Amino acid sequence: MKIDFSALGLVSVVSMMATVFVVGVAAIGIRAFDAAAEHAKLGRPAGVQRALAWSCITIAGLAVLYGIYLIVPAFH
Amino acid sequence: MNTTLFIVIVVVVTALMFDFTNGFHDSANAMATSVATGALKPRTAVLLAAVLNVGGAFLSTEVAKTISGGLVNESLVTPSMVFGGLVGAILWNLVTWLYGLPSSSSHALFGGLIGAVLVGAGTAGVNFSVVVSKILLPALVAPLVAGIAAGLATALAYRITGNQNKRTRRNFKYGQAVTGSLVALAHGTSDGQKTMGVITLVLITANYQGAGSAPQAWVILTAGLAIGLGTYSGGWRIMRTLGKGLADIEPAQGFAANASSTATILASSHLGFGLSTTHVCSGSVLGSGVGRIGGTVRWGTAGRMGLAWLLTLPAAAVVGGLAAWVAIAGPVGVGVVLALLTVGSGAIWLVSRKTVVDRHNVNEMPEVEVLGEYRTKKQRKQALRDKQQRALTEHGGPE
Repeated sequence: MKIDFSALGLVSVVSMMATVFVVGVAAIGIRAFDAAAEHAKLGRPAGVQRALAWSCITIAGLAVLYGIYLIVPAFH
Repeated sequence: MNTTLFIVIVVVVTALMFDFTNGFHDSANAMATSVATGALKPRTAVLLAAVLNVGGAFLSTEVAKTISGGLVNESLVTPSMVFGGLVGAILWNLVTWLYGLPSSSSHALFGGLIGAVLVGAGTAGVNFSVVVSKILLPALVAPLVAGIAAGLATALAYRITGNQNKRTRRNFKYGQAVTGSLVALAHGTSDGQKTMGVITLVLITANYQGAGSAPQAWVILTAGLAIGLGTYSGGWRIMRTLGKGLADIEPAQGFAANASSTATILASSHLGFGLSTTHVCSGSVLGSGVGRIGGTVRWGTAGRMGLAWLLTLPAAAVVGGLAAWVAIAGPVGVGVVLALLTVGSGAIWLVSRKTVVDRHNVNEMPEVEVLGEYRTKKQRKQALRDKQQRALTEHGGPE
Protein backbone atom coordinates (compact mmCIF):
# COMPACT_ATOMS: atom_id res chain seq x y z
CA MET A 1 0.00 0.00 0.00
CA LYS A 2 1.40 3.34 -1.03
CA ILE A 3 0.24 6.47 0.73
CA ASP A 4 1.65 9.72 -0.54
CA PHE A 5 2.28 11.40 2.80
CA SER A 6 4.21 14.30 1.27
CA ALA A 7 1.26 15.17 -1.00
CA LEU A 8 -1.06 14.84 1.99
CA GLY A 9 1.10 17.16 4.08
CA LEU A 10 1.40 19.68 1.27
CA VAL A 11 -2.37 19.71 0.69
CA SER A 12 -2.98 20.25 4.42
CA VAL A 13 -0.50 23.10 4.79
CA VAL A 14 -1.52 24.88 1.58
CA SER A 15 -5.24 24.60 2.37
CA MET A 16 -4.83 26.05 5.84
CA MET A 17 -2.49 28.86 4.82
CA ALA A 18 -4.59 29.89 1.83
CA THR A 19 -7.81 29.88 3.88
CA VAL A 20 -6.40 31.86 6.78
CA PHE A 21 -4.74 34.34 4.39
CA VAL A 22 -7.83 35.02 2.27
CA VAL A 23 -10.24 35.19 5.19
CA GLY A 24 -7.82 37.34 7.21
CA VAL A 25 -7.29 39.84 4.38
CA ALA A 26 -11.01 40.00 3.61
CA ALA A 27 -11.80 40.50 7.30
CA ILE A 28 -9.32 43.40 7.51
CA GLY A 29 -10.97 44.89 4.43
CA ILE A 30 -14.44 44.50 5.91
CA ARG A 31 -13.30 46.04 9.20
CA ALA A 32 -11.74 48.93 7.30
CA PHE A 33 -14.95 49.54 5.34
CA ASP A 34 -16.78 49.70 8.64
CA ALA A 35 -14.24 52.12 10.10
CA ALA A 36 -14.48 54.28 6.97
CA ALA A 37 -18.26 54.43 7.27
CA GLU A 38 -18.06 55.34 10.98
CA HIS A 39 -15.54 58.10 10.25
CA ALA A 40 -17.65 59.48 7.41
CA LYS A 41 -20.69 59.52 9.66
CA LEU A 42 -18.79 61.62 12.23
CA GLY A 43 -17.55 63.95 9.48
CA ARG A 44 -13.92 62.86 9.86
CA PRO A 45 -11.70 62.05 6.86
CA ALA A 46 -11.97 58.37 5.90
CA GLY A 47 -9.60 58.20 2.92
CA VAL A 48 -6.98 56.00 4.60
CA GLN A 49 -9.53 53.45 5.79
CA ARG A 50 -11.21 53.38 2.42
CA ALA A 51 -7.91 52.87 0.61
CA LEU A 52 -6.96 50.05 3.00
CA ALA A 53 -10.37 48.44 2.55
CA TRP A 54 -10.20 48.50 -1.24
CA SER A 55 -6.63 47.17 -1.28
CA CYS A 56 -7.67 44.25 0.90
CA ILE A 57 -10.72 43.49 -1.23
CA THR A 58 -8.54 43.68 -4.35
CA ILE A 59 -6.10 41.14 -2.89
CA ALA A 60 -8.96 38.83 -1.88
CA GLY A 61 -10.48 39.31 -5.34
CA LEU A 62 -7.18 38.33 -6.96
CA ALA A 63 -7.19 35.16 -4.86
CA VAL A 64 -10.69 34.41 -6.19
CA LEU A 65 -9.50 34.98 -9.76
CA TYR A 66 -6.59 32.61 -9.12
CA GLY A 67 -9.14 30.09 -7.86
CA ILE A 68 -11.14 30.40 -11.10
CA TYR A 69 -7.90 30.04 -13.06
CA LEU A 70 -7.18 26.79 -11.20
CA ILE A 71 -10.72 25.45 -11.68
CA VAL A 72 -11.00 26.04 -15.43
CA PRO A 73 -8.68 23.63 -17.24
CA ALA A 74 -8.71 25.68 -20.44
CA PHE A 75 -6.63 28.36 -18.70
CA HIS A 76 -3.61 26.18 -18.10
CA MET B 1 -33.04 -4.63 -30.55
CA ASN B 2 -30.08 -6.78 -29.55
CA THR B 3 -29.02 -7.51 -26.00
CA THR B 4 -25.92 -5.29 -25.89
CA LEU B 5 -27.82 -2.27 -27.11
CA PHE B 6 -30.52 -2.87 -24.50
CA ILE B 7 -27.99 -3.05 -21.66
CA VAL B 8 -26.11 -0.01 -22.93
CA ILE B 9 -29.32 2.05 -23.05
CA VAL B 10 -30.21 0.93 -19.52
CA VAL B 11 -26.74 1.82 -18.23
CA VAL B 12 -26.86 5.26 -19.88
CA VAL B 13 -30.25 5.99 -18.30
CA THR B 14 -29.16 4.83 -14.83
CA ALA B 15 -25.91 6.78 -15.16
CA LEU B 16 -27.96 9.92 -15.86
CA MET B 17 -30.18 9.11 -12.87
CA PHE B 18 -27.08 8.79 -10.70
CA ASP B 19 -25.87 12.13 -12.06
CA PHE B 20 -29.16 13.71 -11.01
CA THR B 21 -28.83 12.35 -7.45
CA ASN B 22 -25.22 13.51 -7.42
CA GLY B 23 -26.44 17.02 -8.24
CA PHE B 24 -29.05 17.31 -5.51
CA HIS B 25 -26.84 15.56 -2.99
CA ASP B 26 -24.04 18.03 -3.54
CA SER B 27 -25.80 21.34 -4.16
CA ALA B 28 -25.81 21.69 -0.37
CA ASN B 29 -22.01 21.62 -0.31
CA ALA B 30 -21.75 24.88 -2.19
CA MET B 31 -24.85 26.69 -1.02
CA ALA B 32 -25.93 25.43 2.44
CA THR B 33 -24.18 28.14 4.48
CA SER B 34 -25.30 30.91 2.10
CA VAL B 35 -28.90 29.74 2.37
CA ALA B 36 -28.62 29.41 6.16
CA THR B 37 -27.33 32.95 6.72
CA GLY B 38 -29.56 34.50 4.09
CA ALA B 39 -26.60 35.57 1.93
CA LEU B 40 -28.57 34.17 -0.99
CA LYS B 41 -32.28 33.48 -1.30
CA PRO B 42 -32.85 29.72 -1.50
CA ARG B 43 -34.06 29.76 -5.08
CA THR B 44 -31.27 32.10 -6.23
CA ALA B 45 -28.73 29.87 -4.50
CA VAL B 46 -29.76 26.65 -6.23
CA LEU B 47 -30.16 28.39 -9.59
CA LEU B 48 -26.65 29.85 -9.27
CA ALA B 49 -25.25 26.49 -8.17
CA ALA B 50 -26.98 24.72 -11.06
CA VAL B 51 -25.71 27.19 -13.68
CA LEU B 52 -22.17 26.98 -12.29
CA ASN B 53 -22.33 23.19 -12.13
CA VAL B 54 -23.44 22.88 -15.74
CA GLY B 55 -20.91 25.52 -16.77
CA GLY B 56 -18.20 23.62 -14.91
CA ALA B 57 -19.24 20.36 -16.57
CA PHE B 58 -18.94 21.94 -20.04
CA LEU B 59 -15.71 23.76 -19.20
CA SER B 60 -13.77 20.72 -18.16
CA THR B 61 -12.04 19.30 -21.19
CA GLU B 62 -10.43 16.37 -19.48
CA VAL B 63 -13.00 13.67 -18.95
CA ALA B 64 -12.36 10.99 -16.35
CA LYS B 65 -10.47 8.19 -18.08
CA THR B 66 -11.37 5.65 -15.43
CA ILE B 67 -14.62 5.03 -13.60
CA SER B 68 -13.00 4.11 -10.34
CA GLY B 69 -9.48 5.53 -10.33
CA GLY B 70 -7.87 2.10 -9.95
CA LEU B 71 -10.17 0.78 -7.22
CA VAL B 72 -11.34 -2.07 -9.41
CA ASN B 73 -9.63 -3.83 -12.27
CA GLU B 74 -11.50 -2.22 -15.13
CA SER B 75 -10.52 -4.78 -17.75
CA LEU B 76 -12.83 -7.20 -15.90
CA VAL B 77 -15.76 -4.77 -15.70
CA THR B 78 -18.80 -5.43 -17.91
CA PRO B 79 -21.74 -3.06 -18.55
CA SER B 80 -23.92 -5.22 -16.24
CA MET B 81 -21.48 -4.63 -13.37
CA VAL B 82 -21.45 -0.88 -14.03
CA PHE B 83 -25.25 -1.03 -13.97
CA GLY B 84 -25.22 -2.88 -10.62
CA GLY B 85 -22.78 -0.36 -9.18
CA LEU B 86 -24.93 2.57 -10.31
CA VAL B 87 -28.03 1.02 -8.74
CA GLY B 88 -26.21 0.65 -5.39
CA ALA B 89 -24.98 4.25 -5.58
CA ILE B 90 -28.40 5.70 -6.49
CA LEU B 91 -30.24 3.89 -3.70
CA TRP B 92 -27.64 4.84 -1.06
CA ASN B 93 -27.74 8.47 -2.23
CA LEU B 94 -31.54 8.46 -1.89
CA VAL B 95 -31.51 6.88 1.58
CA THR B 96 -28.96 9.39 2.92
CA TRP B 97 -30.92 12.21 1.30
CA LEU B 98 -34.10 11.01 3.04
CA TYR B 99 -32.30 11.30 6.38
CA GLY B 100 -30.74 14.61 5.32
CA LEU B 101 -27.21 13.26 5.68
CA PRO B 102 -24.40 14.69 3.57
CA SER B 103 -22.44 11.73 2.19
CA SER B 104 -20.05 11.37 -0.69
CA SER B 105 -21.62 10.49 -4.05
CA SER B 106 -18.26 9.29 -5.34
CA HIS B 107 -17.87 6.91 -2.42
CA ALA B 108 -21.36 5.56 -3.11
CA LEU B 109 -20.41 4.98 -6.75
CA PHE B 110 -17.11 3.34 -5.80
CA GLY B 111 -18.86 1.17 -3.21
CA GLY B 112 -21.51 0.06 -5.69
CA LEU B 113 -18.85 -0.79 -8.27
CA ILE B 114 -16.75 -2.70 -5.73
CA GLY B 115 -19.75 -4.81 -4.73
CA ALA B 116 -20.70 -5.45 -8.35
CA VAL B 117 -17.15 -6.40 -9.33
CA LEU B 118 -16.74 -8.68 -6.28
CA VAL B 119 -19.85 -10.57 -7.36
CA GLY B 120 -19.05 -10.53 -11.07
CA ALA B 121 -15.28 -11.09 -11.08
CA GLY B 122 -14.28 -12.16 -7.56
CA THR B 123 -11.75 -10.62 -5.17
CA ALA B 124 -9.13 -10.40 -7.93
CA GLY B 125 -11.15 -7.55 -9.44
CA VAL B 126 -10.77 -5.21 -6.45
CA ASN B 127 -7.56 -3.48 -5.31
CA PHE B 128 -8.08 -3.36 -1.55
CA SER B 129 -4.96 -1.33 -0.80
CA VAL B 130 -6.29 1.41 -3.08
CA VAL B 131 -9.54 1.31 -1.09
CA VAL B 132 -7.57 2.25 2.03
CA SER B 133 -5.34 4.87 0.42
CA LYS B 134 -8.00 6.50 -1.77
CA ILE B 135 -11.18 6.08 0.30
CA LEU B 136 -10.63 5.49 4.00
CA LEU B 137 -7.66 7.74 4.64
CA PRO B 138 -8.98 10.76 2.65
CA ALA B 139 -12.33 10.40 4.45
CA LEU B 140 -10.50 10.95 7.74
CA VAL B 141 -8.16 13.64 6.43
CA ALA B 142 -10.64 15.81 4.49
CA PRO B 143 -12.84 16.98 7.38
CA LEU B 144 -9.78 17.43 9.60
CA VAL B 145 -7.85 19.63 7.17
CA ALA B 146 -10.87 21.65 6.06
CA GLY B 147 -12.15 21.85 9.63
CA ILE B 148 -8.90 23.14 11.09
CA ALA B 149 -8.53 25.66 8.26
CA ALA B 150 -12.10 26.91 8.72
CA GLY B 151 -11.73 26.99 12.51
CA LEU B 152 -8.55 29.06 12.40
CA ALA B 153 -9.99 31.39 9.77
CA THR B 154 -13.21 31.86 11.75
CA ALA B 155 -11.33 32.69 14.93
CA LEU B 156 -9.16 35.16 12.99
CA ALA B 157 -12.15 36.80 11.29
CA TYR B 158 -13.89 37.39 14.63
CA ARG B 159 -10.66 38.63 16.17
CA ILE B 160 -10.23 41.19 13.38
CA THR B 161 -13.81 42.37 13.07
CA GLY B 162 -14.88 42.07 16.72
CA ASN B 163 -18.53 42.68 17.43
CA GLN B 164 -20.23 42.64 14.09
CA ASN B 165 -22.81 45.14 12.96
CA LYS B 166 -25.21 44.99 10.07
CA ARG B 167 -22.65 46.38 7.62
CA THR B 168 -19.90 43.86 8.38
CA ARG B 169 -22.39 41.01 8.29
CA ARG B 170 -23.61 42.14 4.89
CA ASN B 171 -20.06 42.28 3.56
CA PHE B 172 -19.29 38.81 4.89
CA LYS B 173 -22.41 37.61 3.09
CA TYR B 174 -21.03 38.94 -0.21
CA GLY B 175 -17.81 37.02 0.42
CA GLN B 176 -19.82 33.94 1.29
CA ALA B 177 -21.77 34.05 -1.97
CA VAL B 178 -18.56 34.41 -4.00
CA THR B 179 -16.68 31.56 -2.30
CA GLY B 180 -19.79 29.33 -2.40
CA SER B 181 -19.98 29.91 -6.16
CA LEU B 182 -16.37 28.78 -6.49
CA VAL B 183 -17.23 25.52 -4.71
CA ALA B 184 -20.13 24.99 -7.16
CA LEU B 185 -17.91 25.64 -10.19
CA ALA B 186 -15.17 23.32 -8.93
CA HIS B 187 -17.80 20.66 -8.25
CA GLY B 188 -19.11 20.90 -11.83
CA THR B 189 -15.68 20.40 -13.36
CA SER B 190 -14.97 17.31 -11.26
CA ASP B 191 -18.33 15.54 -10.80
CA GLY B 192 -19.95 16.60 -14.06
CA GLN B 193 -17.33 14.70 -16.01
CA LYS B 194 -17.55 11.59 -13.84
CA THR B 195 -20.85 10.48 -15.39
CA MET B 196 -19.57 11.38 -18.85
CA GLY B 197 -16.65 9.06 -18.13
CA VAL B 198 -18.95 6.22 -17.04
CA ILE B 199 -21.17 6.51 -20.12
CA THR B 200 -18.20 6.83 -22.48
CA LEU B 201 -16.47 3.77 -21.01
CA VAL B 202 -19.64 1.71 -21.39
CA LEU B 203 -20.01 2.84 -25.01
CA ILE B 204 -16.38 1.86 -25.61
CA THR B 205 -16.68 -1.59 -23.99
CA ALA B 206 -19.79 -2.25 -26.09
CA ASN B 207 -17.90 -1.21 -29.25
CA TYR B 208 -20.17 1.72 -30.04
CA GLN B 209 -17.22 4.07 -30.04
CA GLY B 210 -13.47 3.73 -30.50
CA ALA B 211 -11.19 3.15 -27.53
CA GLY B 212 -9.65 6.32 -26.12
CA SER B 213 -12.01 8.62 -28.03
CA ALA B 214 -13.58 11.70 -26.47
CA PRO B 215 -17.16 11.67 -25.16
CA GLN B 216 -19.81 12.40 -27.75
CA ALA B 217 -21.64 15.70 -27.76
CA TRP B 218 -24.96 14.18 -26.61
CA VAL B 219 -23.19 12.56 -23.65
CA ILE B 220 -21.68 15.87 -22.53
CA LEU B 221 -25.02 17.63 -23.00
CA THR B 222 -27.23 15.12 -21.18
CA ALA B 223 -24.77 14.57 -18.33
CA GLY B 224 -24.39 18.32 -17.84
CA LEU B 225 -28.16 18.79 -17.83
CA ALA B 226 -28.75 15.89 -15.43
CA ILE B 227 -26.36 17.25 -12.81
CA GLY B 228 -27.71 20.77 -13.34
CA LEU B 229 -31.34 19.71 -12.88
CA GLY B 230 -30.36 17.71 -9.82
CA THR B 231 -28.60 20.72 -8.34
CA TYR B 232 -31.53 23.02 -9.10
CA SER B 233 -33.96 20.62 -7.42
CA GLY B 234 -32.05 21.55 -4.31
CA GLY B 235 -31.60 18.58 -2.02
CA TRP B 236 -33.15 20.72 0.71
CA ARG B 237 -32.98 17.98 3.33
CA ILE B 238 -29.19 17.85 3.11
CA MET B 239 -29.05 21.64 2.79
CA ARG B 240 -30.84 21.92 6.14
CA THR B 241 -28.42 19.59 7.93
CA LEU B 242 -25.32 21.25 6.51
CA GLY B 243 -26.51 24.83 6.96
CA LYS B 244 -28.50 24.57 10.20
CA GLY B 245 -27.97 21.12 11.69
CA LEU B 246 -24.22 20.80 12.28
CA ALA B 247 -23.61 24.28 13.67
CA ASP B 248 -25.24 27.68 14.01
CA ILE B 249 -23.64 29.61 11.18
CA GLU B 250 -23.19 33.39 11.07
CA PRO B 251 -22.08 35.17 7.88
CA ALA B 252 -18.41 35.42 8.96
CA GLN B 253 -18.39 31.70 9.75
CA GLY B 254 -20.08 30.88 6.46
CA PHE B 255 -17.46 32.92 4.62
CA ALA B 256 -14.61 31.16 6.46
CA ALA B 257 -16.20 27.75 5.84
CA ASN B 258 -16.69 28.36 2.12
CA ALA B 259 -13.19 29.80 1.75
CA SER B 260 -11.76 26.74 3.48
CA SER B 261 -13.80 24.40 1.27
CA THR B 262 -12.62 26.17 -1.89
CA ALA B 263 -8.97 26.22 -0.82
CA THR B 264 -8.99 22.57 0.29
CA ILE B 265 -10.77 21.31 -2.83
CA LEU B 266 -8.43 23.23 -5.12
CA ALA B 267 -5.29 22.22 -3.21
CA SER B 268 -6.33 18.57 -3.14
CA SER B 269 -7.21 18.39 -6.82
CA HIS B 270 -4.00 20.15 -7.92
CA LEU B 271 -1.48 18.72 -5.49
CA GLY B 272 -2.34 15.07 -5.98
CA PHE B 273 -4.28 13.98 -2.93
CA GLY B 274 -7.93 13.73 -3.92
CA LEU B 275 -10.49 14.59 -1.24
CA SER B 276 -14.28 14.28 -1.40
CA THR B 277 -16.13 17.59 -1.79
CA THR B 278 -18.80 16.48 0.68
CA HIS B 279 -16.28 15.55 3.37
CA VAL B 280 -14.39 18.81 2.88
CA CYS B 281 -17.52 20.98 3.06
CA SER B 282 -18.94 19.19 6.12
CA GLY B 283 -15.58 19.53 7.87
CA SER B 284 -15.46 23.25 7.05
CA VAL B 285 -18.88 23.85 8.56
CA LEU B 286 -17.97 21.97 11.75
CA GLY B 287 -14.65 23.82 11.97
CA SER B 288 -16.32 27.20 11.60
CA GLY B 289 -18.72 26.19 14.39
CA VAL B 290 -15.82 25.36 16.70
CA GLY B 291 -13.85 28.49 15.71
CA ARG B 292 -16.41 31.02 16.98
CA ILE B 293 -16.40 31.61 20.71
CA GLY B 294 -19.89 30.83 21.93
CA GLY B 295 -20.70 28.98 18.73
CA THR B 296 -22.92 25.90 18.81
CA VAL B 297 -21.89 22.60 17.29
CA ARG B 298 -24.32 19.68 17.29
CA TRP B 299 -21.97 16.74 17.68
CA GLY B 300 -24.87 14.27 17.68
CA THR B 301 -25.74 15.26 14.11
CA ALA B 302 -22.06 15.21 13.18
CA GLY B 303 -21.81 11.69 14.65
CA ARG B 304 -24.75 10.47 12.57
CA MET B 305 -23.12 11.97 9.50
CA GLY B 306 -19.84 10.21 10.33
CA LEU B 307 -21.71 6.92 10.67
CA ALA B 308 -23.25 7.48 7.24
CA TRP B 309 -19.75 8.05 5.82
CA LEU B 310 -18.56 4.76 7.30
CA LEU B 311 -21.58 2.91 5.93
CA THR B 312 -21.54 4.49 2.45
CA LEU B 313 -19.02 2.12 0.90
CA PRO B 314 -20.22 -1.19 2.39
CA ALA B 315 -23.93 -0.37 2.03
CA ALA B 316 -23.60 0.67 -1.61
CA ALA B 317 -21.40 -2.39 -2.16
CA VAL B 318 -24.04 -4.80 -0.81
CA VAL B 319 -26.79 -3.27 -2.97
CA GLY B 320 -24.44 -3.04 -5.96
CA GLY B 321 -23.40 -6.66 -5.51
CA LEU B 322 -26.99 -7.91 -5.30
CA ALA B 323 -27.99 -5.84 -8.31
CA ALA B 324 -25.05 -7.11 -10.35
CA TRP B 325 -25.78 -10.71 -9.31
CA VAL B 326 -29.26 -10.44 -10.82
CA ALA B 327 -28.27 -8.26 -13.77
CA ILE B 328 -25.48 -10.58 -14.94
CA ALA B 329 -28.10 -13.26 -15.62
CA GLY B 330 -29.08 -11.43 -18.79
CA PRO B 331 -31.55 -8.89 -20.15
CA VAL B 332 -34.39 -10.26 -18.00
CA GLY B 333 -32.24 -9.79 -14.89
CA VAL B 334 -31.41 -6.24 -15.96
CA GLY B 335 -35.09 -5.55 -16.44
CA VAL B 336 -35.89 -6.94 -12.98
CA VAL B 337 -33.21 -4.77 -11.32
CA LEU B 338 -34.43 -1.72 -13.22
CA ALA B 339 -37.98 -2.38 -12.01
CA LEU B 340 -36.76 -2.84 -8.41
CA LEU B 341 -34.74 0.38 -8.66
CA THR B 342 -37.83 2.27 -9.82
CA VAL B 343 -39.97 0.82 -7.03
CA GLY B 344 -37.28 1.48 -4.40
CA SER B 345 -36.69 5.08 -5.48
CA GLY B 346 -40.43 5.69 -5.65
CA ALA B 347 -40.90 4.31 -2.14
CA ILE B 348 -38.14 6.54 -0.71
CA TRP B 349 -39.69 9.53 -2.46
CA LEU B 350 -43.11 8.72 -1.03
CA VAL B 351 -41.70 8.47 2.51
CA SER B 352 -39.96 11.82 1.99
CA ARG B 353 -43.33 13.44 1.15
CA LYS B 354 -44.46 12.83 4.72
CA THR B 355 -42.00 15.38 6.00
CA VAL B 356 -41.26 17.69 3.13
CA VAL B 357 -38.23 19.96 3.31
CA ASP B 358 -38.24 22.60 0.59
CA ARG B 359 -37.00 26.11 -0.01
CA HIS B 360 -39.75 27.53 2.20
CA ASN B 361 -38.85 25.65 5.36
CA VAL B 362 -35.20 24.75 4.84
CA ASN B 363 -34.07 27.11 7.61
CA GLU B 364 -36.93 26.41 9.99
CA MET B 365 -35.17 23.91 12.23
CA PRO B 366 -31.92 21.96 12.44
CA GLU B 367 -33.34 18.45 12.20
CA VAL B 368 -34.68 16.47 9.27
CA GLU B 369 -37.57 14.33 10.44
CA VAL B 370 -38.23 11.20 8.47
CA LEU B 371 -41.47 9.75 9.78
CA GLY B 372 -43.43 12.70 11.14
CA GLU B 373 -47.01 13.72 11.03
CA TYR B 374 -48.27 13.89 7.48
CA ARG B 375 -49.10 17.40 6.33
CA THR B 376 -50.63 18.43 3.03
CA LYS B 377 -49.22 21.33 1.06
CA LYS B 378 -52.02 23.56 2.36
CA GLN B 379 -51.28 22.63 5.98
CA ARG B 380 -47.56 23.29 5.49
CA LYS B 381 -48.29 26.75 4.10
CA GLN B 382 -50.62 27.46 6.99
CA ALA B 383 -47.95 26.38 9.48
CA LEU B 384 -45.48 28.71 7.80
CA ARG B 385 -47.93 31.63 8.01
CA ASP B 386 -48.56 30.87 11.69
CA LYS B 387 -44.87 30.87 12.32
CA GLN B 388 -44.35 34.21 10.57
CA GLN B 389 -47.25 35.66 12.50
CA ARG B 390 -45.71 34.47 15.78
CA ALA B 391 -42.36 35.94 14.82
CA LEU B 392 -44.03 39.30 14.12
CA THR B 393 -45.87 39.39 17.44
CA GLU B 394 -42.74 38.36 19.34
CA HIS B 395 -40.77 41.21 17.81
CA GLY B 396 -43.43 43.74 18.63
CA GLY B 397 -45.27 43.80 15.33
CA PRO B 398 -44.25 45.16 11.93
CA GLU B 399 -41.95 48.16 11.92
